[in-house]
Amino acid sequence: MLIVLFAIGLLFLSGFLALSVGRNGGVANLLGGCGAFSGSLIGLVEAVEILASGRTEQIRWAWSVPYGSFLVRIDALSALFLIPIFILCAVCGLYGYGYMKSFCGCKNLGAYWFFFNGLAASMAMVAVAANGVLFLMSWEIMALCSFFLVTFEHEEGSVQRAGWIYLAATHIGTAFLLVLFLMLGHVAGNGSLDFNAFLGSHGKMGGYADVVFLLAVIGFGSKAGFVPFHIWLPEAHPAAPSPVSAVMSGVMLKTGIYGILRILTFLGPPHLWWGYLLLGIGLVSGILGVLMAIAQHDLKRLLAYHSVENVGIIALGLGLGILGVVWHLPVLAVLGFGGGLLHVINHALFKGLLFMGAGSVQHGAGTRQIDLLGGLIKRMPWTCVTFLIGAVAICGLPPLNGFVSEFLIYMGGFHGVGLARSAAAGAVLIIGLALIGGLAAACFTKAFGVVFLGEPRSPYGADAHEAGLSMRVAMLLLAAGCVGIGLFSPWVVKLMGHAVAESGAIPYEAVQGFLAPASSALLKVAVVSGCFLFVVLVLCLIRAKILSGRTSSSEGTWDCGYFRPTARMQYTASSFAQPVTAMFEAILRTRSHTPSFSDPRGAPVFFPDAALFESHTEDFFLKSVYAPLFMAVKRFALKFRFLQAGRVQFYILYIALTLFVLLIWCLR
Amino acid sequence: MNFGRLALPVLALALAPLLPGIINRTKAVIGGRDGQPLLQLYYDLAKLVRKGAVYSHTTSWVFRAGPVVGLVSAVAVLAVLPLGGTSAPAGFSGDLIFMAYMLGLMRFFTVIAALDTGSAFEGMGASREVQFSALAEPVLLMALAALSLAARGSGASLGGGLFSLSAIYSHLSISTWMRSGPALLLVAGALWVVFLAENSRIPFDDPNTHLELTMIHEVMVLDHSGPDFAMILYGASLKMWILGALLAGLLVPVRSGNIWIDTGACVFGLFVLAVLTGVVESVMARLRLTRVPQLLVSAGFLSTFALALIIWS
Repeated sequence: MLIVLFAIGLLFLSGFLALSVGRNGGVANLLGGCGAFSGSLIGLVEAVEILASGRTEQIRWAWSVPYGSFLVRIDALSALFLIPIFILCAVCGLYGYGYMKSFCGCKNLGAYWFFFNGLAASMAMVAVAANGVLFLMSWEIMALCSFFLVTFEHEEGSVQRAGWIYLAATHIGTAFLLVLFLMLGHVAGNGSLDFNAFLGSHGKMGGYADVVFLLAVIGFGSKAGFVPFHIWLPEAHPAAPSPVSAVMSGVMLKTGIYGILRILTFLGPPHLWWGYLLLGIGLVSGILGVLMAIAQHDLKRLLAYHSVENVGIIALGLGLGILGVVWHLPVLAVLGFGGGLLHVINHALFKGLLFMGAGSVQHGAGTRQIDLLGGLIKRMPWTCVTFLIGAVAICGLPPLNGFVSEFLIYMGGFHGVGLARSAAAGAVLIIGLALIGGLAAACFTKAFGVVFLGEPRSPYGADAHEAGLSMRVAMLLLAAGCVGIGLFSPWVVKLMGHAVAESGAIPYEAVQGFLAPASSALLKVAVVSGCFLFVVLVLCLIRAKILSGRTSSSEGTWDCGYFRPTARMQYTASSFAQPVTAMFEAILRTRSHTPSFSDPRGAPVFFPDAALFESHTEDFFLKSVYAPLFMAVKRFALKFRFLQAGRVQFYILYIALTLFVLLIWCLR
Repeated sequence: MNFGRLALPVLALALAPLLPGIINRTKAVIGGRDGQPLLQLYYDLAKLVRKGAVYSHTTSWVFRAGPVVGLVSAVAVLAVLPLGGTSAPAGFSGDLIFMAYMLGLMRFFTVIAALDTGSAFEGMGASREVQFSALAEPVLLMALAALSLAARGSGASLGGGLFSLSAIYSHLSISTWMRSGPALLLVAGALWVVFLAENSRIPFDDPNTHLELTMIHEVMVLDHSGPDFAMILYGASLKMWILGALLAGLLVPVRSGNIWIDTGACVFGLFVLAVLTGVVESVMARLRLTRVPQLLVSAGFLSTFALALIIWS
């Protein structure tokens, strides 16, 4: 416990130190990067140890805030979320050191590292806070730090817009959380917002439990990126510097998942509709997320929508887990929670890796527009390899880590199908996961294939350069993590036992009992995967050997007899995705501007001028739900504009009136 | 683990190239042509392995890795693939998911190898491949889920081998057919659609068309040559063997307990399946590409209905 607190302190301190030398960009960059890296590594050691041992530690310090107490507690569930937080913050510290160098001199790097390390520390605080007030304060610091990081390049109009959307979304979410904690405190009754007090109030919950759960799904779900609260993700992630996108998408979203799980432990036995709700949200988020991702042209926006998809997969796991608890089917509960929690860690690794890859592309090639890139494999070989590993992992393909967590959730689904009660849920889960998996493969073959393979489609791709050493090392570390969890999955799953036990309120021994068959299956997966990699290697060597003595010549790509194909004739990302976007046209509503080949009177033009084709897929919720809603709010608010007259006398009058009304209300 | 189980992958590796040969012979006989020999694919493979290779300037190591990873993925599936009642050497609970995703890995690498050439034609094929397979994957998994339930219903406990292909197929017997025949028929229909779609056969894709524009699988591998192309052809025939074995194991419910009879019956079933494919290719034309998703989605409904029938009957 103390070590984790020390790590959090170190993160805050190094942020302040970097800020104080902010004018000197190089020193600030070094201080901040080292602080993030070392602080996170220190914390990671204890988090892993606590997860393995499953013990709970808490510390209470005096704190003179009303209803607040400085109560921090680490249990297996906190530790499980601390692990990805610390891993990704350490690696992003390393990556950021190289990435931010290019801003040295023109931007205040001290401020960047102050907010980055503050974000890392506050996320860790969220995971260990055991008092409502402390939790909300950490939550708010986390939101503000990430807001300032998102708006780091605030000179650009699109970044400002993204920042505002994010700020509004996060605070609306926090408003729900405020009500949630007040309600929990009200039920607990003794005027304390300590989590320990909530834990003892299962029995008194009654009808409040449903309301609290709904508040948690909305409040925490808006942070996690559940559809329809996801609209800030595709705006904020592309706007932020890449290491920040990696941390936000990889772990900050997961604090929302942590919040839901933590609240579940306060509510006692879950209700049936909670499970169905999460299952439904997971399905909608998963499918809509991946469909929207396929239609994107901006690499980071594509990845942001994939975070919606992966959070959906996590929600599918948790929903299945809750259903298992409700129906007293521990095998469903263990596989659902186990798969969901493991996916939290896995997604942090591969999504962090992919955002770093996207950052390197932006850094090296100068654009994130997929259709302008191509052929980067020749200029950025390391980024290409690591991006490929991330892409295979996120599609849930063996032998990497994404397969392991999806395997657990699938197994839960198959177990569910076998019982009449849970058959519908299981079948929906399997169909959903399979469809998501297939579409994710479509999306990432597109992203990887168009960005890294083929010929450069514009000068951007042609002039690209490889990322710096620290960025390459950071990406390689995460890629190694993806392979490692894939090949050592049985041990990783065993390590998670305590956290699964806590989230499902199932005895630890029972959890291990139900995880054992999955572990033994995963052991075989690992063995077959290991053999697979070995045979691939052997076959590559054989292939090289038999080809070595033969004539192998080099020609242009076969284009069906066409004499001189150019790079512009390659398939683009938009054309690659077109069959899928057309198939789901009803949902995606992709609009395209096709060039016209007729003159204004409608007669065909036989020698048309230069033509332009564009397609846009706007977020349905942003465009058709939130935009009209907030416009209506704005119109309503404008009616009270007269109150803001700009004269101080009036404002003092308002204060006096308010005090007067309050006095009357008190004397009533 | 006995000798017979270890022999299954060897059998698959040896006999898989026969399946395309049977299909082509069937088509030749129905079309009244002399046609190519039954063992044509073996000759082709032997010839290609001895050749050199031509590469495009555009390509990178991804292009060279694609065939290797694709072939080894198919071979990895053989480790968990039962043949009729004969269990696989390394079956485990949940290996059906592993199988589906290993085939996914094979597809992933075929597709990125195609994109590596920078050719519009190969990009087009790749795009169609990922579109159709995204729809075929839920069908396959639902069909297998239905099979696992039907097999479990036979009263025998599958124990730890739940959701293992070997356990499922060893419990699919005549009595399973007697009990839930209609559902199994629906599953067979769904698997048949998956078999044709995933192996790029008519009515989904025409391997013999003369126009690159209209192909799916064949156009993705246009630029491969020599040993690389041999690996692709071999991998494709293994994939046909794998998906065919799922269907043949269901349609030929011979579970005598004698490993020779059971395996032999299933292999015979596979050959009959190849003949049937040849017949379909002789009497049907390829569907319009926009119709293909509809057929795949209907297959999804077939397998879902089958599942519902088995659960609520």
